Amino acid sequence: MVDRGLNRARRSAALAAACAALLAWAPTLVSAQDRSITMASTTSTEQSGLFAHLLPAFRQASGIDVRVVAVGTGQALDMGRRGDADILFVHDRQAEEKLVAEGFGIKRTDVMYNDFVIVGPQGDPAGAKGRDVVAALARIAAASGSFISRGDKSGTHAAELRYWKMAGIDAPAARVTGYKECGCGMGPALNIASQSDAYVLTDRGTWLSFRNRGNLAILVEGDRRLFNQYGVIVVNPAKHPHVKVQLAQAFADWVLSPAGQQTIAAYQVGGEELFFPNAPR
Amino acid sequence: MTLLPAPTLIELRQASVAYGAVQAVRDATMRVLQGDFIAVVGANGSGKTSLLRLLHGVVAHTGSREMLRPAGVQAMVFQRPFLLRLSVWNNLRIALWLARPDTATALRDERAEQALRRVGLAALRHRPARSLSGGEQQRLALARGWAVRPDILFLDEPTANLDPSAKKDVEALLADFAADGMTLVMSTHNLGQAKRLASRVIYMDEGRIDIDLPTSDFFASGTPGRAGLFLKGELSWSIEG
Amino acid sequence: MVPAPRILPDERLVTSVVPESFSTAFRLIVHADPALVRTVALSLAVSGSACLCAAGLGLASGAWLAVARFPGRRAVLLVLDTLLALPSVVVGLAVYLLLSRSGPLGSWGILFTPAAMVIAQTILVLPIITALARQVVADALRDGGDQLRSMGAGALASALLMLLHERWAVATVMLIAFGRAVAEVGAVMIVGGNIDGVTRVMTTTIALETSKGDLPLALALGLVLLAVVALLNVAIALFRRGAGPLAVELR
Repeated sequence: MVDRGLNRARRSAALAAACAALLAWAPTLVSAQDRSITMASTTSTEQSGLFAHLLPAFRQASGIDVRVVAVGTGQALDMGRRGDADILFVHDRQAEEKLVAEGFGIKRTDVMYNDFVIVGPQGDPAGAKGRDVVAALARIAAASGSFISRGDKSGTHAAELRYWKMAGIDAPAARVTGYKECGCGMGPALNIASQSDAYVLTDRGTWLSFRNRGNLAILVEGDRRLFNQYGVIVVNPAKHPHVKVQLAQAFADWVLSPAGQQTIAAYQVGGEELFFPNAPR
Repeated sequence: MTLLPAPTLIELRQASVAYGAVQAVRDATMRVLQGDFIAVVGANGSGKTSLLRLLHGVVAHTGSREMLRPAGVQAMVFQRPFLLRLSVWNNLRIALWLARPDTATALRDERAEQALRRVGLAALRHRPARSLSGGEQQRLALARGWAVRPDILFLDEPTANLDPSAKKDVEALLADFAADGMTLVMSTHNLGQAKRLASRVIYMDEGRIDIDLPTSDFFASGTPGRAGLFLKGELSWSIEG
Repeated sequence: MVPAPRILPDERLVTSVVPESFSTAFRLIVHADPALVRTVALSLAVSGSACLCAAGLGLASGAWLAVARFPGRRAVLLVLDTLLALPSVVVGLAVYLLLSRSGPLGSWGILFTPAAMVIAQTILVLPIITALARQVVADALRDGGDQLRSMGAGALASALLMLLHERWAVATVMLIAFGRAVAEVGAVMIVGGNIDGVTRVMTTTIALETSKGDLPLALALGLVLLAVVALLNVAIALFRRGAGPLAVELR
């Protein structure tokens, strides 16, 4: 009988402790958001590791926490329209300018660029290797080579479609043999390409940190048209009054300043600079 | 000596119970009088349980069922008692709380205590009710029934699952309750038990009440028809007699 | 927790990924990297809170559905069973649209916070708890409903007593709900935003590492998650044993 009493007491104590722990945690649910902003950016940018390098420097300089929600460019811009982000950091110039024209963004400024490359099987069955991205795509289509497209309205996807257009081929509509859309991020697309020895357009940053290369190698690089321009846009408080416009502007100002630009340039993967700052002086 | 007739507690008039297409009780007409100890006997499927349910008022029926005393408390003990996964003590307290929610806690505890002592389970009060033996569980069910001070206690084959000594204990308790003046209605297929305990026997056949007599009359020789056959069939191998 | 991306030699999937993920998982657990611990704690806290929030409403609704009789009851049960298959992404999307600044509850400002994740997961597990509780109570009433009714219990009182009576089955229901919550990624990804250090949980981390192509790490994190849940189950089993041998036996 005494045993049962002790047991019961022990169990009640354990339950009480668990509840107390949960209650103590509860305040973090409504986390302190005073000096923080929400930044919508893209998966490829986050996965390159840039933010892990850039944002701590900004926090040091300003005390402001930047919370990155990394989604596809399409969704990031949509977040801007909905007012779910305070600032946008994406790489699709046309779409960005449209957003500003619609009044959802105050202003769009160049901040940095990286470049795309085309990777493919080392044997290069379609003969795509070279410096010309448009010619490479034409050759891949002609040879009915396997090509993986992200197909997710991302900046990378938008760029890819532009290059196909330049080559005079409407790849998705033309149903080019071997062209496959995965509706996925850069990493999964690379995985698929690696598995099936296919060609794929990727940003250099994601490629450099990609571990699962299989038989793939960079085949096309250096074409000026492959440069991928990033823009930073503060969401317009006229449309969404709650936007933390001062804090967001502080970030925009910093990243465009010499300090921010140098921090971007200092980010390297395997001894190589990934992003090239080009804010207007 | 003139005796006042005992008051009627429940009256059935042409009452029937059907489960879907199956007629369980047909046109039952009878009365339960205060102080009765009624044994309802009959073959399996003759409608004993349904008659009990009908009298207890827990089943839909056609015809008339009248309680001639307003809102009395009734209790029922089933063949296999359903006990909650709680201690013996808590099972009793919940039963008391359900039946008479307005009772003060102290009074409730006192009743529970009395009930436990009555059936001899006081020492087991903190054990999980489901860890008791079959006989002990049935005694707990009886305690549960008795504790709420029911006007009528219904029992559906209460000793069918018990070994002989447990059966003896339960029968002793029932005789005790009856002696205290409680009204009992019990279904059983054990004619010896009916003979030992009941003041009145009702024989059911295929849902109908065939015979309704005081015990001595029922067991006198010359019972006609199927009832007689039933008696002979049972008695011929019922050792307790 | 996530090391800076490094260049690694190409590797063949099958022969090296699986053993590497086991050793990585072991290392992660042993070193108890603070970022990993925080991520695990957040997973448990979000899913645990969601289950607690859903428990009250879910158990009560399930018990009520087991005894209530009303026109259209069958339709309600059909809808409930259908909701068991609610995809987590769909819940995530719906909650996102609700909590978005452009949505009806935008003024709450809780999108991309753990609170939003708890709300989404609560909605996700509510049908599970309700449907299973209904089954538990209905089955129990089949056994003892007559007795309880005879004792004077009304329909709802009987149902609630049966929840108490079948508390270990209810505990299993809660474990099932917790499993569903802690293992899902669709809802928390969309409403939480997978923000590093704020709303990143185990499953979204695994999704992230997978999309980065770091499959061994992704698998290792999966193993860590499973290990944590296994530990939780052991704790619960010990708790149950403490309640007496009968509690375990008479499940």
